[in-house]
Amino acid sequence: MSNKILISKNICKSFHDPITVQVLNNISFSVEKGEFISVIGKSGCGKSTLLYILSTMDTDYEGELYIDGVLMREKKEKELARVRNEKIGFVFQFHYLLNEFSVLKNVMLPGLKLDKYSEKEIEHRAYEKLKVLGIENEALKLPNQLSGGQKQRVAIARALINDPIIIMGDEPTGNLDKKNSEIVFNIFKELAEQFQQTLLIVTHDNEFAARTNRIIEMQDGQIIKM
Amino acid sequence: MKYKLIASISKSLLFARLKQTLVAAIGVTFSITMFITLLSFMSGLNTLLDGLILNRTAHIRLYNEIKASDQQPVDLSEKYKDHHNFVSSVKPRDGKEEIHNSSAIIRALEDDERVTGVAPKIMAQVFYNVGSIDITGIINGIDVDEESRLFFFKDYVVGGNYIDLKNTPNSIILGKGAADKMLANIGDIIQVTTSKGDRVQLKVVGFFQSGIQEIDKVQSYASISTTQKILGVPNSFITDIQVKLTNVLDAPVIAKEFAKKFNVEAVDIQTANSQFETGSSIRTLISYAVGITLLIVAGFGIYNILNMMIYEKMDSIAILKATGFSGQDVNNIFITIALSIGIFGGALGLLFGYGLCNVIEHIPFNTPSLPTVKTYPINYNPKFYLIGSVFSIITTYLAGYFPSRKASKIDPVIIIRGK
Repeated sequence: MSNKILISKNICKSFHDPITVQVLNNISFSVEKGEFISVIGKSGCGKSTLLYILSTMDTDYEGELYIDGVLMREKKEKELARVRNEKIGFVFQFHYLLNEFSVLKNVMLPGLKLDKYSEKEIEHRAYEKLKVLGIENEALKLPNQLSGGQKQRVAIARALINDPIIIMGDEPTGNLDKKNSEIVFNIFKELAEQFQQTLLIVTHDNEFAARTNRIIEMQDGQIIKM
Repeated sequence: MKYKLIASISKSLLFARLKQTLVAAIGVTFSITMFITLLSFMSGLNTLLDGLILNRTAHIRLYNEIKASDQQPVDLSEKYKDHHNFVSSVKPRDGKEEIHNSSAIIRALEDDERVTGVAPKIMAQVFYNVGSIDITGIINGIDVDEESRLFFFKDYVVGGNYIDLKNTPNSIILGKGAADKMLANIGDIIQVTTSKGDRVQLKVVGFFQSGIQEIDKVQSYASISTTQKILGVPNSFITDIQVKLTNVLDAPVIAKEFAKKFNVEAVDIQTANSQFETGSSIRTLISYAVGITLLIVAGFGIYNILNMMIYEKMDSIAILKATGFSGQDVNNIFITIALSIGIFGGALGLLFGYGLCNVIEHIPFNTPSLPTVKTYPINYNPKFYLIGSVFSIITTYLAGYFPSRKASKIDPVIIIRGK
């Protein structure tokens, strides 16, 4: 139990509008610390829906979800926000950086929200993360002055700022060219191997998935291989 | 909750749409400016118009009415006590208008702490003699110093110096209308006839203009001792005692009390001039209504701009929520934006309002009926500024409340999935 960072027990979800369609059916699996997992499956198989439930952003489901041994069902919106802030890092297909803030400030924001360290320390940590990702020279630029690959790396730095127990990605390389995809994949790989960072990445890129530790394959709302 | 973070996010969202923000702030500024100006001007005008009558009216006037006694001798008789007594053709006793024991009453009034000032007065009916023509008139015998202090007498003296009335024996300040009729100039000697037929010569030391023509044609002023001399009465003779109170609203109650205590007639200002109260309260009501309408319109402007900002920043809101900002935080961010617009716009509005009032106060405004007024009247009451700032904050808060709630309810999933 202690090593299991995330446990999903019999998670089901249906959409009711306009007609009831079950998109997830009895999803049960667990994630151990340090695993680099990819979730694959065809479009519409429910992998993104699953990710949003696991990330606590979607609360409309049946079944049980434990993150770090804590049941998520009973939590209020504010407490879930806290869980996302502290324990989960996100990387989306689109970078979603705030154009009003510098790269550095974008990375710092979740840290400032967590309010665990002083502002100086958070700034220092943000620089460290940017350095790991090789973009510390862009720290003071605005996001729209960066290339697509660089933006995605900033988004990864932002996901790392609070040392989350798990990083979740939704097609993080979906918008990138071959070269940048490779860079991003190598970063993930490095994080998993050097820092024992747990990663759960949804992708439809089978080449990407093949190089991860573990593949969960989904079809029609069910796990068919894991 | 770390407010600094919320503030810094609000700030950058604000500055990202600087032009729109400024337009919203200008809306608030404009409405607060107009609110302050309107109320200051209207209230100044109210004070001026009310002052025209009310300033010079005592809060309570004590006097003796010439009237028949309520109790006729037959009522006092033991024998006919239980009877209905009919007495026809009752006449007043040979009474005077004099207030009995006036000096004791004045002393008692001066010791009363609800009273700010007491001014005795004598009314004397006279005829102004102009050649062979007699014009009816009234000479008010006044205590020059007290009359000036309590009823702003000196403001209405348009020619000559009011204090000469006290310093020059047998002097008179003529009503402007009366003086015009008599072709009298300052320094001239005029002649008046009293109701008893005595003739007295008086020196004109000034002119008096109240702004109400009918009064100026009839009334004149002399010192108390001069008036007593004209009437040929002892120097204890007083027909009116004018009382000014600390709180004018208490006048009706205190008037009744004085009437009983001193055994005189007492009339309060509210009873004597009820029409002024109504007029000014309605004018005030209208100005408040217009001012608040302006503010509400400005509130809608802020509401619109925030709504647009929320649609525009949907992604940013979603990512903030995904990375751990709660709905409450998002709510606070937009409320902060609305309030900053309100506070900034409101503060500027107060300043501009003050400035505009200053400008209006220097616009010449000359009217023959208001001799003391040279420019438009403005009332710089801090109350208006307080109400203006409170209202600007309340309306901007409300204008921000609904969009912020909408923003806080944005579900991060929907936006991210939508891409």
